[in-house]
Amino acid sequence: MTRYIARRIVLAIGVVAGVVILTFLIARIVPGDPAVSWAGPHAPPSQFAQVRRELGLDRPMVVQIIKYFEGVLTGHWGTSIHTHQPVLSDLSNAAPASLELVLAALLFAIAVGVPMGLISAARPGRLVDHTIRVGSIFGVSMPIFWMALIFQLLFFQKLHLLPVTGRYDPNVAFAHPLHAYTGMAVIDSLLSGNWPMLESSLSHLVLPALVVAAYPAGVIARMVRATVLDTLGETHVQMVRALGFSERTVFARFAMKLAWSPVAAVIALVFAYSLVNTFLVESIFNWPGLGSYAAASIGSLDTPAITGVTLLIALVYVFANLIVDVVQAILDPRIRLG
Amino acid sequence: MTDTAILAPSRLAVVRGHLRGNPLLLVGGIVATAIVLIALLAPLLAPYPADAVSATHPLSVLLPPSMSHWFGTDQVGRDILSRVLYGARVSPLIAVFVILISCVIGIPLGLAAGYFGGVIDEVIMRVTDVFLAFPALLLALAFAAVLPPSLTSTTLAIAIAWWPWYTRLLRGQAASVAGRPYVESCRTLGISRRRIIFRHILPNAITPLIVEISLDVGGVILTAAALSFLGLGAQDPTPDWGLMVSEGQSYFMTQWWLVTFPGLAILITALAFNLLGDGLRDVLDPKRVVKLL
Repeated sequence: MTRYIARRIVLAIGVVAGVVILTFLIARIVPGDPAVSWAGPHAPPSQFAQVRRELGLDRPMVVQIIKYFEGVLTGHWGTSIHTHQPVLSDLSNAAPASLELVLAALLFAIAVGVPMGLISAARPGRLVDHTIRVGSIFGVSMPIFWMALIFQLLFFQKLHLLPVTGRYDPNVAFAHPLHAYTGMAVIDSLLSGNWPMLESSLSHLVLPALVVAAYPAGVIARMVRATVLDTLGETHVQMVRALGFSERTVFARFAMKLAWSPVAAVIALVFAYSLVNTFLVESIFNWPGLGSYAAASIGSLDTPAITGVTLLIALVYVFANLIVDVVQAILDPRIRLG
Repeated sequence: MTDTAILAPSRLAVVRGHLRGNPLLLVGGIVATAIVLIALLAPLLAPYPADAVSATHPLSVLLPPSMSHWFGTDQVGRDILSRVLYGARVSPLIAVFVILISCVIGIPLGLAAGYFGGVIDEVIMRVTDVFLAFPALLLALAFAAVLPPSLTSTTLAIAIAWWPWYTRLLRGQAASVAGRPYVESCRTLGISRRRIIFRHILPNAITPLIVEISLDVGGVILTAAALSFLGLGAQDPTPDWGLMVSEGQSYFMTQWWLVTFPGLAILITALAFNLLGDGLRDVLDPKRVVKLL
C-alpha cells in the first residue's frame, strides 16, 4: 500500500508542476506586451527596456518558467494590477468567505442528495425514482447565475424573506463587533457567542449557499443511487440476502456501507467544482470571496490575479483528488491491488 | 438465418421497449429535437426577426410581456421572444464545435496512447492529466479571460478544457482491445497500422463515445452560458442566452422578464440534452456512473 500511495504522490507532484507551467502559459497568451501594461502606454522606450529587465521578460522562456516556479514555491504569486496588493494576500483574505459559502452549500447538498439517492436506489424504476432522477438532472442542468437572480427576485423582492447582499448587516456588525478567528462569519460568531451576528450572518448565507448547492446536490444524489444499486448486486450482498436477512438490513447494513467510499470521493471533488461556481454567484450576492475577486480580475484583465485564482483552485483540486485516492486505497484493498 | 430473425426482436421493437422503460429518454429526445428545429426555423418562427440582431425601437423599451411581445422587450426595445428563439442557433452551435474540436484532438491522441503504449502512452497521458487537474469551467474561464472576447474564443477556450476527456476515454478503449487475438492476427496478416487503428479499434469505441458526447452537450452549453454571463463570450448584439441574462441583470428587480426567459432557455436546453444523454447511457452503456462536468 505504501508503494501505491508513494506512486500517487509522485504523480500528483508531476501534475502540480504541469499545472504551474500551464498557468504560466495562460498568463503569456494575453494580447499586448506585459511591460506596456506595467509601465503604462505613454512611458518612454527606455523605461520599457528597464521594466522588461525588471520583470525578467528579456530572458529566455525556460529561465522565466524557472523564476515563476520559484515565485510560486516561495509565496511570491505576483502583484494584482487591480488591487496593487500581493495576489497571495488577496487570495488569503478572500478565501474564508468562499470556504464558508461552499461548506454551507455542501452541507445542504449532502442533506438533500444522500437521502434522495437512497430513496431512488430503494425503488429503482418506480415513479419516485424517476422523479428524483429528474430532480437531480435539474440540479446539474441549472445555470446557477440565473438561479441566483431568480432567488433574489423571489425571496427578497417578492416575499421580503431573506437579505441578498453581503455576509451580514453592517449595522449589526457595528453594534456587535465580530472577532475574526477563522474569517468565517458564522463560525466566528458561534465561537465568540455573538448571537445577533450569528443570526445576521446565517440569514445572509442561506440564499447563496442554496444556489451553490444545486449542482453538488444533483451529483451526490446520482452518485449515491448508482453506487448503492451497484453494491446491491455484489456477491456478498446477495449472500446476506440469501441468508435471510431482511431487505432493510441488507440495504442499511451492507449495501450502504460499501457505497460510502465513492460518495465521499465525489463530495471531495465537487468541493473544488463549487469553488469555481462561486465565480458566477458571489458577485451577484456581493459576497466578498474568491469568486468576486476572480470576477473582478476577469473584468479588469488583471492577469496575475486571474492566474493566481486559477492556480489556487487547481491545487485544491489536485490535493482533493490525492486525498480521495489515498483514503480509498486505505479503506478498500481492491483499489490498491487492482 | 430465419431462426434468429424469429427469435430476435426487430430493431424497432427494441427501441420501443427501451423508450417504454425509460420515459426520460423520450422526453429529452423530443425536447432536444424541438430545440434543433427551433434553431433551423428561427427566421420563420420569430415574430420580429430583425430584433435578433441590432434593431432598436426607442418607443417600445422595456415593455412587459403582452400579446404583441409574449416575452416582453429589452432595454433597447427588441422583442425578447425573437432573440430567445434565435439564441437556439448560438450556444448549441458552440457545443457542436467544441465537441468536434475535442474529438479531432482527443480521439487520435487517445488511440495512439492506447495502441502504442510505452513512452508515447506515458507522455500523452501525463499531459492529459495536467489538463484534467482543472475543473473544466475553471480552465475554460482562464483561457477565455486572456483571449479577446468573441464566440471563437469561447469555443476554443472550452475545447481546450474538454479534449482530455476524449483522450482518456479512447485510450482506455484502445488499450483494452490492442492485445486481443483479432488485433494480433491483423498484424500478422500485414494489415497497415493505420487500418488496424481506424477499422478495427476505433469502431469498438463508438458506443461509449456516443454516450460521452450526448452527456457533454448539456455541460458545454452551461459552460458557454457561464462564460458569456461573465462577459467573456458573445458580444452584443448576438442573441446569446448567457449574454442576455447578463445584460438584463441591471433591470431584473423591476423588469423581471429580461433575465427570466433567456435563463429558462438555457435551463431547458441543458436539461433536455442531459436527460437524453442520461437515457442513452442507460441503454447503451449501463455500467458508466456519473461524470462531473
